[in-house]
Amino acid sequence: MMDVLMSGVRVLVGTRKGAFILNSDGKREKWDVSGPFFAGWQIYHLKGSPVDPNRIYASQTSDWFGQTMQRSNDGGKTWEAVGNKFTYEGVTGTHQWYDGTAHPWEFKRVWHLEPSLTDPDAVYAGIEDAALFTSTDAGQNWSEISGLRKHGSGPKWQPGAGGMCLHTILLDPTNAQRMYIAISAAGAFRTDDGGVSWTPINKGLVSKYIPDPNAEVGHCVHRIAMHSARPSTLFMQKHWDVMRTDNNGDQWTKISGNLPTDFGFVIDVHAHEPETVYVVPIKSDSEHFPLDGKLQVFRSTTGGNEWEALTKGLPQQNCYVNVLRDAMSVDSLDKCGVYFGTTGGQVYASNDAGDTWNAIVRDLPAVVSVEVQTLQ
Amino acid sequence: MIRVVLPQHLRTLAQVGTGIDEVTVDVSGPPTQRALIDALETRYPMLRGTIRDYSTDRRRAFLRFFACEEDISHESPDAPLPDAVAAGAEPFLIVGALAGG
Repeated sequence: MMDVLMSGVRVLVGTRKGAFILNSDGKREKWDVSGPFFAGWQIYHLKGSPVDPNRIYASQTSDWFGQTMQRSNDGGKTWEAVGNKFTYEGVTGTHQWYDGTAHPWEFKRVWHLEPSLTDPDAVYAGIEDAALFTSTDAGQNWSEISGLRKHGSGPKWQPGAGGMCLHTILLDPTNAQRMYIAISAAGAFRTDDGGVSWTPINKGLVSKYIPDPNAEVGHCVHRIAMHSARPSTLFMQKHWDVMRTDNNGDQWTKISGNLPTDFGFVIDVHAHEPETVYVVPIKSDSEHFPLDGKLQVFRSTTGGNEWEALTKGLPQQNCYVNVLRDAMSVDSLDKCGVYFGTTGGQVYASNDAGDTWNAIVRDLPAVVSVEVQTLQ
Repeated sequence: MIRVVLPQHLRTLAQVGTGIDEVTVDVSGPPTQRALIDALETRYPMLRGTIRDYSTDRRRAFLRFFACEEDISHESPDAPLPDAVAAGAEPFLIVGALAGG
């Protein structure tokens, strides 16, 4: 754990109309907001290297101008455009379209960036249509890790309402060959050989909205979270259902327990307590806003099933925002800070592990992603 | 020397400078849309993929090409540009579709 007095926190916020960076000292009470960076562009995700926090990668995208990529080497003060060519490897093939017909893979945008745990010049990108890319030269050139898309189930994958996106990339800190990814709406996959081959890890997921509720692929996984000290345990917010696995995804168990609704997008784990999990329940898949107009984070300190509502400082009436899948993060200070952004443009933060909340910025464009860097 | 007017977001991306609406590029060989955009992307590499799709090389759907008060978006990329554009008398305009609400 870092010393609060010696530390700082940088929050990277991607929105529909640009990026914002919020800085605070370790107390996390006063925040300096800078931005917008890339004003007018959709910033799906920004994330800093755990090895060099001043190295930040950003996905900048536009319906008009396509995908561009940005890199900062100074903690987000200045940026430079880097490579934006994402070409699928080999024969492109097809996946299922919304109407069940075969549809060729087409690159649309980068949803998620995951910098390497060991090399600031190495970074992974999860894209739509779903595929995994990597760069080993700080974002200048990108190549596909094609074993994933060429998994035999690829032709059965289909887009969710937001597109067929690869939105989650988790790197196992204890095993450089192991990685997890999730695709909406194909499901979760794991590689144990550095990306050469992939295994669907969807056993135990039940999705009533697909023809075979227990199918190997086709599940709309919204987000997966891992605690670095216990990488065999994963927590998942599926379309409906909150799930966990304790065997690297080989089998999932439902842990929705007493949640008032178990639809949602985000899920994250406390920085120091591997069994403390956070979700933000959303009413339903047809009403993407909090239940009863009350914005509530739910915390389980028992690894699921038993959840408590955290509401102090959050709006408890007339709140109809959404919290999108990449819009929650935690810092590693003591007490653990928890952060999430809303489609209403607020970023809420708790500097006491969720007991109380404050809007550290509001009235931004709709927030798409929130990442937190704990700085020394 | 061919004059090109870029939409605001591409001017920002290319860092052409505040208050500068037009850029100029030299085109080697016959001046066509393809040759012009090739030259533009050579001078401003960060624009690659933003005007034409990387995989298909086709104009992005929400962009249009105007010149001499004509919409030339649907001209062949290998058709000659209008003489006035090739001579630098008129600019080649890259225009983003209007949308909003």
